[in-house]
Amino acid sequence: MGRYIIRRLLWTVLVVVLVTLLTFVIFFVMPKGDPALRFAGKSPTPELIQEVKESLGLDKSVPEQYGLFLERLVTGDEYGWPGLGKSFQTKQAVKPELVQRAQVTITLIIGGALLWLAIGIPVGVISALRRGSALDRISMGTALFFVSAPVFWLGLLSLYVFWKKLGWLPGTGYVSFGSDPGAWFSHMILPWMVLALLFAAIYARVVRGNMIDVMTEDYIRTARAKGLSERRIVLKHELRTGITPVITLLAIDLGVLVGGTIVTETVFNLQGLGNWLLVAAQNNDLPVTLAVTVLVAIAVSLFSLIADILYAILDPRVRYQ
Amino acid sequence: MRFRRDRWAMASLVFIGLLVILAFAAPLIATISGHGPNELFRDMTDDFGLPKGPNGSFWFGADGSGRDVLVRIAYGARVSLIVGVVATGVAVLIGVTLGLIAGYRGGVIDTLISRTADIVLSLPLLLFAIGIVTACGSSREGCFGGTVQPGLTLVIIVIALFSWPYVAKIVRGAVLSLREREFVEASRSVGAGDLTIMFREILPNLVSVIIVYASLLVPQNILFEAYLSFLGLGVPDSTPSWGRMISDASDIFDVAWWLMLFPGIFLLLTVLAFNLLGDGLRDALDPKADR
Repeated sequence: MGRYIIRRLLWTVLVVVLVTLLTFVIFFVMPKGDPALRFAGKSPTPELIQEVKESLGLDKSVPEQYGLFLERLVTGDEYGWPGLGKSFQTKQAVKPELVQRAQVTITLIIGGALLWLAIGIPVGVISALRRGSALDRISMGTALFFVSAPVFWLGLLSLYVFWKKLGWLPGTGYVSFGSDPGAWFSHMILPWMVLALLFAAIYARVVRGNMIDVMTEDYIRTARAKGLSERRIVLKHELRTGITPVITLLAIDLGVLVGGTIVTETVFNLQGLGNWLLVAAQNNDLPVTLAVTVLVAIAVSLFSLIADILYAILDPRVRYQ
Repeated sequence: MRFRRDRWAMASLVFIGLLVILAFAAPLIATISGHGPNELFRDMTDDFGLPKGPNGSFWFGADGSGRDVLVRIAYGARVSLIVGVVATGVAVLIGVTLGLIAGYRGGVIDTLISRTADIVLSLPLLLFAIGIVTACGSSREGCFGGTVQPGLTLVIIVIALFSWPYVAKIVRGAVLSLREREFVEASRSVGAGDLTIMFREILPNLVSVIIVYASLLVPQNILFEAYLSFLGLGVPDSTPSWGRMISDASDIFDVAWWLMLFPGIFLLLTVLAFNLLGDGLRDALDPKADR
């Protein structure tokens, strides 16, 4: 297991290298023209462009720039470690803003994940155990509704109802927990709910499906035949096998969401990673784009590794060489 | 047949059928109403530039530029249906093939496929969508020597590119435990080759998994296109898309409710119908599912 983990960590490094390389390629393939032109003002002279190029490090060849990026990532730069440089647009160091933005996104994801697990798993389990009952039909109907509803549409509708019409909530934007916990909560509750309802619906469906599959397995019949109590069968056998795939799903979702809450952030005007990424990519801001890309790639790889380890612990049939 | 008795699935099938007719009949609706999809009607916006709501001629009202919402919804159905079905088809084909090979063969091939899937999943999805859409969509020539044209094809390629790993991972995971089962052993003991075992023995056991996943993927991909369009990255503005229409509504949603409501309801019902259809197919095809 130890060797397996080390090998996977090395893979994570390789993934980061590949992902940043792809980012570089796409960035320089973009036919929008010379990034330096964008940042040289309205009527740039050739001298000014050259100056901007040098200050942004764009005067070097693309492979050279990439090498320098990797080197600084590992050894650090004038803004500390890891070296992420400064934004082309704001000329500010990337790292402090990355930390600040990541806090917003992580707050959104963790709050959302707690909610969707708390809703999705119990609903899925109970629906499977009471299969065909009115409760099962109502929960699965509701789940289907939330799987099908576009997040941005739900977001706008909920803002329309709870903000514009009822006036219960103060509107969009992010307030930090430190400055005002109450305002923090009232600004986050709608984004959490909207994000969580979609995933809760997906998880409830997956858990129910898995549980029902497991119930028809031979070993459950064996367990019943050898006289195990129904409670023990459900808790020890069905639940364990039924929930295991959720862990893989959760790890994949958590990792992907680090760079994937962009729609929720846009609707609720949260200044998180996704929002930053969208603006940076559309404005050729390479250092910001790369910084977020690296963070997301690391998050996804690590969560995927955690998922696989948990999967091996929970499902004795799976073994890794 | 079990599927026929599933009222919800049949209702969904009818709805999807009507939607297909709506998509085909979009030009007809434009002709009958006399409102082109990109035609601007000055008298449908007021002095402040705000659109006017539903009336006898504009059943679903007008948007911020004074265009007929109903006609644009009809045209938008085309984009959603084409993207949902074609992108999913491509993704499932790639995902099942690679997942089957990875799970069954194991070893180096498995590592290669699984890591490729991991890398694709590690890519910040929308960043690369933004990157590729910008790179290929900003000029008429497209990219890769003109093989990838901006617009619908580009959106389909981007979506398929990012959704096959989900299928591949699920299929691989299922194959991992299936290949240890007795029936595979039995098949091998009577001399069946790898290809026969993979496609004749293991694949049929995966059909329900694949259908359930594909059924989740069609509506997901319809939503993906809507998300891209919502962020202004989907098809160009001259091609009406439901996501784009809702995005246009987001600035004035408190005064022009119809702009947000009607495209949203169509998007919701379409995705819902495909989800219900998938559930119905699963119940009908999965021998384990008794009702």
